[in-house]
Amino acid sequence: MPINYYLILSAILFCIGAFGVMFLRNAIRKFMCIELMLNAVNLLMVAFSTVWGQAQGQVFVFFIMAVAAAEVAVGLAILMMIFRNLQSTDTSILSRLKW
Amino acid sequence: MPISEILFWFLSAVAVLCAMLVVAVKNPIHSALFLILTFFAIAGHYFLLNAHFLAAVHIIVYAGAIMVLFLYIIMMVNLHDESGAKKRNFFKFVSAVSAGLLLLVLTVAGKQADLSATVNRATEIGTVESLGHSLFNEFLLPFEISALLFLSAMVGAVLLSKKVNQV
Repeated sequence: MPINYYLILSAILFCIGAFGVMFLRNAIRKFMCIELMLNAVNLLMVAFSTVWGQAQGQVFVFFIMAVAAAEVAVGLAILMMIFRNLQSTDTSILSRLKW
Repeated sequence: MPISEILFWFLSAVAVLCAMLVVAVKNPIHSALFLILTFFAIAGHYFLLNAHFLAAVHIIVYAGAIMVLFLYIIMMVNLHDESGAKKRNFFKFVSAVSAGLLLLVLTVAGKQADLSATVNRATEIGTVESLGHSLFNEFLLPFEISALLFLSAMVGAVLLSKKVNQV
């Protein structure tokens, strides 16, 4: 299996995630799309690590998973706080930090 | 066509289709469930790449921990969104164009790169033994620092979700 296939597959997944982050309004669903983008990168790192026979890529993926778990815990806590204050997680309401 | 190639195409199709449905579906709970399916497809890819340890960790961390957290929060928040759907068409168009351009740039860059290397499925680097070796020799310091990161994330999550009466 040529590495180009994995390149294109993870590019597609990354772009779907990027589209979701740009398009969706609900902050929780935006978060899910960020997870999708992280996973696209992880997939590519594992593919390259297998191609070159180096274990470092897979260790990096391990660390990315750890950071993603921490990020989700803190991010969802922030979202819960926002929801408690505003009764909504719509990002179009959350425009106070715009300027 | 060997079985691994068929599996590759099948898993890719499932991953891309479910990823599109994550964005397209209206109900956030369905979106989360499709995201879980995408994660399973990606875990299948890890298995195909002989990264068994990462496949197991991926299922445990993502499908087991992160998505349960997401579903829990969605059910707690009880969203009923999609109000005011007008004026979104222009936004959708702009997002689709920019994401499509990004995809174009990435694919063209990938085509230019001339990566003729093929995936060697017989490698042994994805095993627990070799990854543990690498993790606890070269990457011992980052490993310990990630423990600190988890501690601070835990403290931060508890602190943030605590009720503050006086603000």
